[in-house]
Amino acid sequence: MSEKLLEIQDERLSFFTQAGEVKALNNVSFSMEQGDVLGIVGESGSGKSVTAYSIMGLTAYPGKLIGGTIHFNGHEIEKMTEKEFRKMRGNEVSIIFQDPMTSLNPVYTIGNQIVEVIRLHTNKTKKEAYARAKELLELVGMNEPEKRLKQYPHELSGGMRQRVMIAIALACEPKLLIADEPTTALDVTIQAQILELMQELRAKLGMSIIMITHDLGVVASMCEKIAVMYAGHIVEYGTTDEIFYQPGHEYTKGLINSIPKLNAQGKERLIPIEGTPVDLLNPPAGCPFAPRCTNCMKVCLREMPPRTDLSDTHYSLCWLHQKQQAEQGGKAE
Amino acid sequence: MVKYTVKRIGMGLFSIFIVATLTFFLMNMVPGGPFVAEKSMSKAAQQALAEKYGLDKPILERYGTYLTDLLHGDMGPSLKQRGREVSDIIFSKFPVSAKLAGIAVLVALCVGIPLGCLAAYNRGKWADNLIIVFATCGIAVPSFISSVLLLYTFGMNLKLLPVVGLNEAAAYVMPVTALALYPAAYITRLMRSSLLDVMGQDYMRTARAKGVSNFKILFKHALRNAVLPVVTYVGPMLAGLMTGSFVVEKIFTVPGLGREFVSAITNRDYTMIMGTTIILATLVIAANVIVDVLYKIIDPRIKLK
Repeated sequence: MSEKLLEIQDERLSFFTQAGEVKALNNVSFSMEQGDVLGIVGESGSGKSVTAYSIMGLTAYPGKLIGGTIHFNGHEIEKMTEKEFRKMRGNEVSIIFQDPMTSLNPVYTIGNQIVEVIRLHTNKTKKEAYARAKELLELVGMNEPEKRLKQYPHELSGGMRQRVMIAIALACEPKLLIADEPTTALDVTIQAQILELMQELRAKLGMSIIMITHDLGVVASMCEKIAVMYAGHIVEYGTTDEIFYQPGHEYTKGLINSIPKLNAQGKERLIPIEGTPVDLLNPPAGCPFAPRCTNCMKVCLREMPPRTDLSDTHYSLCWLHQKQQAEQGGKAE
Repeated sequence: MVKYTVKRIGMGLFSIFIVATLTFFLMNMVPGGPFVAEKSMSKAAQQALAEKYGLDKPILERYGTYLTDLLHGDMGPSLKQRGREVSDIIFSKFPVSAKLAGIAVLVALCVGIPLGCLAAYNRGKWADNLIIVFATCGIAVPSFISSVLLLYTFGMNLKLLPVVGLNEAAAYVMPVTALALYPAAYITRLMRSSLLDVMGQDYMRTARAKGVSNFKILFKHALRNAVLPVVTYVGPMLAGLMTGSFVVEKIFTVPGLGREFVSAITNRDYTMIMGTTIILATLVIAANVIVDVLYKIIDPRIKLK
């Protein structure tokens, strides 16, 4: 087994706003090895992005890490200073954002923006950095790289800009690439191209990827492991097969049921998850999903469920599993 | 860009022509005339003066003559400051006002931009509140109040600065401060809101994620995007200040162009009114062309047509 690339233990992070403390992450734990592709799914505000940003130290004010440890590539993130973070960002870990239309600085050329990150983290001269930038544009499949380097972001389409963002992210061959909904803002056809490109690059460069998305189709095609997040908790974690074929948590089941079916008969209705997401300012005492859960029990409203291991690679946070295991345990005795 | 600039200059010349025409006719519609107020003068003498300056001719003929002379670079003689040409008066006084204005704008920029940045970076904290209070006061206090207060405090009571004229460097301090107060306050507010807007943009997050230092984020990524509204504001403001501030020049006895504007109108000094108006229009139009070209240089997205 290779050394763990990323290990997050009981991470707790809160945003201290004027309205009060918003508990964005509650005891989040997971780990990744070199080359892993992890998908983090969940609805808006469930803590997907915050989890990923905290690895780069990008959750600054009013976000504050209040507990747990994050180990990444030999760094103890929770103890790092801003200066140390700067050396790491764009170098060992990089990120692609959701909206390529606004993620590039409009007043600088593509070349300038790629060269900037190369020169920040290497000792390359301007000329060498430009040569590398051209190489990167070729790598991400852009035609006429020479010409593109001199163009401004507004002269490129959304898909092309996302390719540029990927080029920037890959410039220093990071160990980990965080993709924060990289295809949400793109056309469906371009989405497929970008995902394919990411898979190709991963095979070529051997980096790990954290894929943040609410599109289950994307995770199914890209990821080996999936973490399902709800209200700042990882409520279920497992391999892609386990999550899709043996979903444990009621929320995961709801997510999978809500995917429109192609073979639906006639006018079948879509199945939403009823209710609204929890207010993280005043989270409920028990399981955060309980108010929306169709199989909610009394204990669910009172206490947070503990972790139940369903297999070596699969666990969920649900009282139903605790109950089942207790029953099975009783039978076995 | 060259083609665009040439086109803009052509349009500018046309605008100046319109301004000149409107001013000419409006000015002549106002009752009174340059020699009416001088009661000691006999009817015959007034008649003679009017004939001398061609005021007895029909208005359209006078308009034609004026425009022809203007095209030859001749703004005519002043009707009130007898024996002096309008262009001589303007060109002797304009540099005084322009220098004062140039320094004031420079001061306003050097104060406003850093203060605006400081406020944006400390949003909601005491430094921000303090700067907002300063900026609001700077915008609210009219120049005749600030000028008099300055004069009273530093000139009269503390006797630190000279109160009259522009004969030494120290004499510039008070009029420049009085002139720069409003633009500095305005630039502070513009810069603050514009920088706050830019700081929330996605590309700032990208810059941080690349590992760029805070210093470079501000100077490379933020300022160039945030400074556009300031550029828009500074151009026309500079033009306005260069043609002189009546109040400030009067209070500090600066021999600038500002006073000529007002006295030309009260005296019905027709040629002088035309001269000062055309100069102001020219400067404002020139400033706008320069601002547009600068815009294109700062922000490549802007298309000049």
